[in-house]
Amino acid sequence: MAAPSATPQTLATAGDALRNSRKQRSLWGDAWRQFRRHKPAMVGLTILTTFILFCYVGIFFWDMPVNSPYVYQTNVPIWGYSEGFSVVTMKDEKTFHPLGTDEMGQDMMARLMFAGRISLSVGIMAALISIAVGTAIGAAAGFYGGFIDSALMRITDMFLSLPTLPLLLLITFLFGPTIKKWSDRTFGNQNIGTFLLIVGVISMLAWMPTTRLVRASFMSVKEKEFVEAAKSIGARERSLIFKQILPNVLSPIIVAATLQVGASIITESSLSFLGLGFPFDVPTWGQMLYTAKDLMQADPKLALLPGSMIFFTVLGINFIGDGLRDALDPRKTN
Amino acid sequence: MGRYLIRRLLISVITLLFISFIIYAVLFMAPGDPLGELAANPNVSPEVRQRIRASYGLDDPLYIQYFKWAKAYFIQFDWGTSFVSRMPVMDYILPRVWTSLQIGGTAFIIGVMIAIPVGVVSAIKQYSLFDNLATTFAFIGFSVPTFFSGLILILIFSVKLGWLPFIYNSNPPSWQDAVKQSIMPITVLALFTSGQLIRYVRASMLETINQDYVRTARAKGLKESAVVIAHAMRNAMIPVITIIALQIPGLVGGAVITEQVFLIPGAGSALINAIKAKDIPVVMAITFGVAILVVVFNVLADIIYAVLDPRIKLK
Repeated sequence: MAAPSATPQTLATAGDALRNSRKQRSLWGDAWRQFRRHKPAMVGLTILTTFILFCYVGIFFWDMPVNSPYVYQTNVPIWGYSEGFSVVTMKDEKTFHPLGTDEMGQDMMARLMFAGRISLSVGIMAALISIAVGTAIGAAAGFYGGFIDSALMRITDMFLSLPTLPLLLLITFLFGPTIKKWSDRTFGNQNIGTFLLIVGVISMLAWMPTTRLVRASFMSVKEKEFVEAAKSIGARERSLIFKQILPNVLSPIIVAATLQVGASIITESSLSFLGLGFPFDVPTWGQMLYTAKDLMQADPKLALLPGSMIFFTVLGINFIGDGLRDALDPRKTN
Repeated sequence: MGRYLIRRLLISVITLLFISFIIYAVLFMAPGDPLGELAANPNVSPEVRQRIRASYGLDDPLYIQYFKWAKAYFIQFDWGTSFVSRMPVMDYILPRVWTSLQIGGTAFIIGVMIAIPVGVVSAIKQYSLFDNLATTFAFIGFSVPTFFSGLILILIFSVKLGWLPFIYNSNPPSWQDAVKQSIMPITVLALFTSGQLIRYVRASMLETINQDYVRTARAKGLKESAVVIAHAMRNAMIPVITIIALQIPGLVGGAVITEQVFLIPGAGSALINAIKAKDIPVVMAITFGVAILVVVFNVLADIIYAVLDPRIKLK
C-alpha cells in the first residue's frame, strides 16, 4: 500500500505556504497600495519628506545661527558667528554658505531650515486643532440632530460668513503685543505667544468646512444597519460615536486634514508676508519673502528660495491630499 | 420661493448683525486706549479726559456702545471719518474699491473664461495628455500663493526683461500704460481663480457625461458638439455657476495680497494700511463690506441654483 501523499504535517506546511503567499490585506495596506499608484501623490510625498528632513534633521548637520549676521571686511570676518573671531576668507564663502547669505549677511540655509520648522509647525498645529474642533462639532450635530444640530449649524453658518482674512489680520495685529507681553511673563519667551496666537486664529477661522463634512457623513452613517445592530445589542452612546460611526467617516476627515495643513501654511505665510505675522527675529518662509520683496532687483534668490519652499510644500500636500482621496475611497479601488 | 426668500433675507440680516458685533467686539476688546495720544497727554486734566471719554460713550458697557454704533451705522448710514486721511470713510474707500474691482473683476472673468473650456475639454478627453496638463496646471494654480507668483512675474517681466512696470500708478499717463501695469496683477489673480475652477468644472462635467440622457442624445444621432454643449454642459454648469458665485468674495483675500505685491492703491492695501495705522473706521468699513459681499453671494448662489435646476425647491 502506498504511503498517503498528504500527511497532516505536509498539509500544515502547505497551508502555511499558501497563507504566506497570500498575505493578509488590511484596510490601510490596501489604501497604501492604492496610494502608491497615484504618481502625483508619490511625488508630493517625496517632496514633503525631503523638506521635513531638511528642516528638522538638517539642523543637526547645519547649526548656524539664524540671527547673527556674518560680516566680512577685507576678506576677514570682523565678527564670527560663534564666540570669538573665526577667520574665514572670501574664497571659503561658497562652502561656508552653500545657499549664500541674506541682505544682513545671515546664512540662508540655516534661515530656511529654521523658517521651515516654524511654517510647518504652524501648518500642522493649526490643521490638527481646526480638524479636531470641526470633527467634534460636526459629530455632535450629526449624531444628536434636533435642537443641538440646528443650534450648532447656525453657529457654523455664522462663522462661515465671517470675512476671514480681514479678521485674521485685525486680530493678529491688535492682540499681538498683548500676547507677547503675556507670553514673556508666563514662558519667558515672546515667540511662544505669537505662535499660539497665529495657530489659534487660523484654526478658529478654519474649522467650519470640516464641521459640515463630518455632520453630513455622521447623518448618513448613523442610519446604517450596523449602527442599528450595535444599538440593539445595547451599545452605549460613546461606543456608537467613537467605535461605530467615527471610523467610517475617517477618510474624508483625513483628506480634509491634509489639505488644511497646506491651507494653513499659505495663511501663515500671507500674514507674515503682509508684515503682520512673526516678528523679524523669527524668520518664517513668508516673513523671509516679506523682506526679500523689496530686494528683487538686488538679489532675487532671497525671494525665490523661501517662495519655492512654500510653493512646493503646498503643492506636495495638495497632491498627497488628492492621492489620499482616491486611496481611501473604496469605490475607486480597481 | 417668496417665503423662502423672505426667511433667507431675514437670516442674512441676523448674520450681518452677528458679524458686525464680532468685528466690533474685537475692536472693543483690543488693548490700547481709543483716545490714543489724548489719553497720554499730561496737559489734559483727568476731569477733562473723563468728560471726553463720557462724551464718546467710552465708559459704557460693550453692548450699549455696540447699539449706539449700530444705530449710526445701519440706520443713519454714518460710517464715520477716517482717522488718518480725515475724509469721510465712504469718500476714502469708494475709489479704492473701484480700483480693486477693475483688476479683480477682469481677472475673475478671464479666470472663468479659461476654466470652463479647459475643464470641459479635460473631462471629455479624460486621461488624455490635455487632461493631464490641465490638471497639473490647475494644481499649480491653486497651490502657488499669490504673493509668490506675483514676485516671480515681477522678477521675469520687470527685473529681467523690463517689459512691464514695477509699480502701479493710479493716474497712468495713457491707456497703454494702464493696460501694461494691470497685466501682471490680473494674470496672478486669473491663474488662481482658474486653478480652483478647472477642477470643479472637470468633476461636474465628468458626472454628467455618463448620465443616461447624454447617452440617449448620442444614441438618437445628435452631433457630438450638440451632445456636449446642449446636453452635457448645460447641466454640468449648474453647480459650477453656484461655485463661481461663492468664490467672488474670496477674491478679496487674493486682492489684499496682490495689491501689496504690486503696490496697487486698492481696497486691500487700504485695509492693511488702516490696520497698521489703527484707522478703526476704515478697518470697520472694509471688513464689514467684505462680510456683506460674502452674505449676499451666499444668498445669490442658492437662488441661482434653484432657478437653474427646476428639481430644487426652496422651502
